[in-house]
Order: sequence, then structure tokens, then C-alpha cells
Amino acid sequence: MGTKLRTYEEINEKIKKGQVVVVTAEEVVDLVREKGVERVAREVDVVTTGTFGIMCSSGAFLNIGHTKPRMKIHEAYLNGVMAYAGLAAVDLYIGATQPAKDDPLNKVHPGEFRYGGGHVIQDLVAGKDVLLEAYAYGTDCYPRKKLVTWINIRDLNEAYLFNPRNAYQNYNVAVNLSDKTIYTYLGVLLPRMGNAGYSSAGQLSPLLNDPYYRVIGIGTKIFLGGGIGYVAWQGTQHNPTVERTERGIPKGGAGTIAVIGDLKGMSPHWLWGVSIRGYGCSLALGLGIPIPILDEETLYYCSVSDEEILAPVVDYSHAYPYGTGEILGYVSYAELRSGKITIGGKEVPTSPMSSYSKAREVALTLKKWIQEGKFTLTQPVAQLPGVESGVRFKNLVERPVEASVIIGR
Amino acid sequence: MNNNGSKKVVLRFPQEVADRPIVCELALRFGLRFNILRASISPHREGIMVMELIGSRDRQEEGLEFLREKGVFVEPLSQDIRMVEERCYHCGTCVGLCPTGALSMERPSFLVRYDPAKCIACELCVLACPTHAMEALL
Repeated sequence: MGTKLRTYEEINEKIKKGQVVVVTAEEVVDLVREKGVERVAREVDVVTTGTFGIMCSSGAFLNIGHTKPRMKIHEAYLNGVMAYAGLAAVDLYIGATQPAKDDPLNKVHPGEFRYGGGHVIQDLVAGKDVLLEAYAYGTDCYPRKKLVTWINIRDLNEAYLFNPRNAYQNYNVAVNLSDKTIYTYLGVLLPRMGNAGYSSAGQLSPLLNDPYYRVIGIGTKIFLGGGIGYVAWQGTQHNPTVERTERGIPKGGAGTIAVIGDLKGMSPHWLWGVSIRGYGCSLALGLGIPIPILDEETLYYCSVSDEEILAPVVDYSHAYPYGTGEILGYVSYAELRSGKITIGGKEVPTSPMSSYSKAREVALTLKKWIQEGKFTLTQPVAQLPGVESGVRFKNLVERPVEASVIIGR
Repeated sequence: MNNNGSKKVVLRFPQEVADRPIVCELALRFGLRFNILRASISPHREGIMVMELIGSRDRQEEGLEFLREKGVFVEPLSQDIRMVEERCYHCGTCVGLCPTGALSMERPSFLVRYDPAKCIACELCVLACPTHAMEALL
């Protein structure tokens, strides 16, 4: 299994010559069933993966340029949504889940969350003018205190997406065991297991095709929001040491990646502001990673199918919010994608939050880019922490605080 | 049976007729059966009712004409829940919520399809759609 079949340089040479053989992570499943791992590994150079879904822990850095007189922004709003300004003078970070300042939130439950950071990012990418309102306290070198203007992505010095946690390797399936409807980030969940929410592209999902992070690492060039991006770091909550199946697939949320990419090269077709009823705002985006078939083992991992990927079913009315860790059972993505699963003898319709058709479109687009010579592969400069790293996701252990030091709000 | 069938309608009751016993006349005068799918009517306020009318086409038309004469606005249901295609990215969260199969996942394309004829305007999809692709025009 360990025999080297090809190097990054050889693959890139074939891309330049237009001779590269690329298939998607969905297409490779049937190919391997038909021809076997050994033969397909010899024939295929690259397998493209893709996912499209709501990815919280996303956001964008913007540099708006200096004003005259200069201003060190202390507080900023983009279309009424607060952007973080505690970076420098005119650098802002707009986070995907920040709701508009005047949003009634969940005061009337379930809140609508009609516009937030994700929508601002979508509007910027779509080339729309965005209203900037900024305030400062004024300094000798930055005297200006107020700024109200329209900004447009084309005029910004820099605008890049920097998402601290994307592309979760597997995730929970959410159900509701209570007697009333609940509103979660995995969707509206009807009482008494009336439906089940889930969100993973399964066999197409990047990290499920490289379960041990053998080829995806820091510096890997990726498809991000319709443009080019890179893996910047392991994502927050990266948790490689969870329980895995025999073929190495995590049986729940595990690895994550932090990604970066030029917003100016992205498209609103791949970045959507979303409103999750009763929960909040966020950003849905398309992300795809090419996997170079360096050896048979790489191809073997890419050939994983929805039948072989299991996700834990969790009660979001109690077990999840209160962190009990209780799992009601495991279901495969093949079952989830069939439209119904069976839990404890009950047939439950499924409500996917990620788009399988768009995930497929990401993988096909990336495949086309590589075939047309528009996208070459990069070798990671460092690896993501793997199983052997011992890295484990920790919960917060709260400690008592003296009343006199509490700032309050 | 070709003259019989069911028809889903949206009835709007202006303030001045909202407190009168009108709907029961559909059964008493016209021999129609009806199934109220959704209703929001309070005395002295505008009301709205979504119902399925069951009976002969002629009787249905007579019954609805009677309602119109009494000042009730009658519209077919299919106009009232709409899918705005360009706002849908086909996640399918609505599909698992839809009680009648009006929203379904087409395979192998995995595109969400909407069949207004099967819709009872429960509005769960409107509530759940993260991109506001499902619109209620009630």
C-alpha cells in the first residue's frame, strides 16, 4: 500500500500538459467498486472533494483605507452590523454570525435574524455598496471621530475571508425528544423526533476523504467561495482523537480547518448570508479540496462511501444543550440521504442543512479547473495535528471569581 | 366522480364579516364538506382561513360565490406559498419538515422540488428556510 505512485511535481506537470486524470470523491466510489483500489490508484492523479453548507466561525478582514483627517476606528457598523475594530486604525473584521445592531434577536421567539455578518459578506462579494458608520475617540495622530460613507469591495485595499473553523469532519444528527418544536443551528426540529437535522457532504466532504490528514495540511490550496484559498491552520475545536471506525472515519465531529482566501476573487454564487430561525445569522459557503493520489492508501481513503460514514444521533432538546454526551445511536449518510432514518424503531424524515447538489458542484468545478490547467496543487508546509498528537477538545472548567474584579456589562 | 373533487382555497374575512357565521353555510346550504387547514379569525378583526372544499365542482363554485357575495375574498391556495428559485441552494431542510410531500428531494440531482398542488400552507418551510426562498403571500 505504501508504494509511491506520483509526486506533487509530477501531478502539476501533468496539469500543465493537460494530461491529468481527475475524478470527484463521489465518482471514485463507483470506480473503485468496479476496478479495485490498486488499478484506480494507478489511473487517477487527483480526487476532488467539496462541501457546501452553513459554516459558522467564518468572517472577513477588510482594510478600508485611510481617511483625511486620519481616524483610528473604535466602533464600526457595516449595513448596521457591528464589525470588530480593535485591530488597528482602519482594519475591520466582520464575523458571519453577528446580527444587525437593531435586530430584536430572540425577544419574540423564534427570532428571524434577517440580516447579519454573513449577509454583509454576501453583499460585498456581490459588488453592492455597503454602508459604513464608524466612531472613534480621537487621538493626536488620528483626530477624526465620525465617519459615514458607502464602501465597495473594489475600493478596499484588502478583503479576505479568514474562517477560523470550517469543513467539520463529520457532525451530529440532531433530533428533538421534547414535546415542543425547537429552533437550532441544525434547523427547525419537530417534537417527538418529528424530523432529524444533519449537515455534512459525507462521501464528498474534504476531511472525510483524508481522515488521518495525510495530504491535507497547512498551505494546501483549496476552492473557497468560488475563488482560491488556502488551509491556514487547524481549525478551532480540531479534535483528531475521537473514536473512529475500522477504516479511520471519525464517528462524530473531529478535524476542522482554518481557511483563508481573497474575497475579491469569490462569487455570491458560493457565499450566502443565512438566517437560522430562532438561532441567528451565519454564512453558507462552498469549499473544496483536491487530494493528490500519492499512493494507494490515499486513494483507498478517498473511496469511502456514504454507507461507511456514521454520524451520532443526539437529542438537541436536552443532551446537546446540557452537554450530557448521550448518543441515541448511529446512522449512516446513505440512510440520512435516503430521506429517512430509523431511530429506536421509529421512522424519522431527514432535514439536511448542507446542500449535496452544491457540494457536488464544488467538486465538479474544482475538477474542471484542474483539467483546464487553471488550478495546480500545493504540498502542505506543515501537517495538521493527527491522532498521534493527543490533541483533544476540552470543555471549559469554570473557576470562582471575586465580586470586586467583575467588570459586568 | 369527474364532477367531484377537492379544492384548496384561501378565504380572507374583512373586519365587518369576521364575526358572522358564514362558513357553516357551505355545509348547510350547499352540502359541501370542508376541512379547515389553518385559520386565524378573531371578532372585529380581519381573518384568514385556508380550507379544503370537498363536493361537486358546481356546488363548490356556488358556495364560493355565496362567500364572495357576503364580502369574503376567495383565492386559490397555490398562489400563496411560493418558492423563489434563485434564493434556494437546495439544502433540503424544508423537505424533512413538509407534512404533505409538496417539497421533495429529486434524485439523483439532489435538487429541492416544490409542487404547489400538494401544499396546505402550514408555512413550516417559510419558518425554516435559511435563505427566505419559501415565501408566504398570505
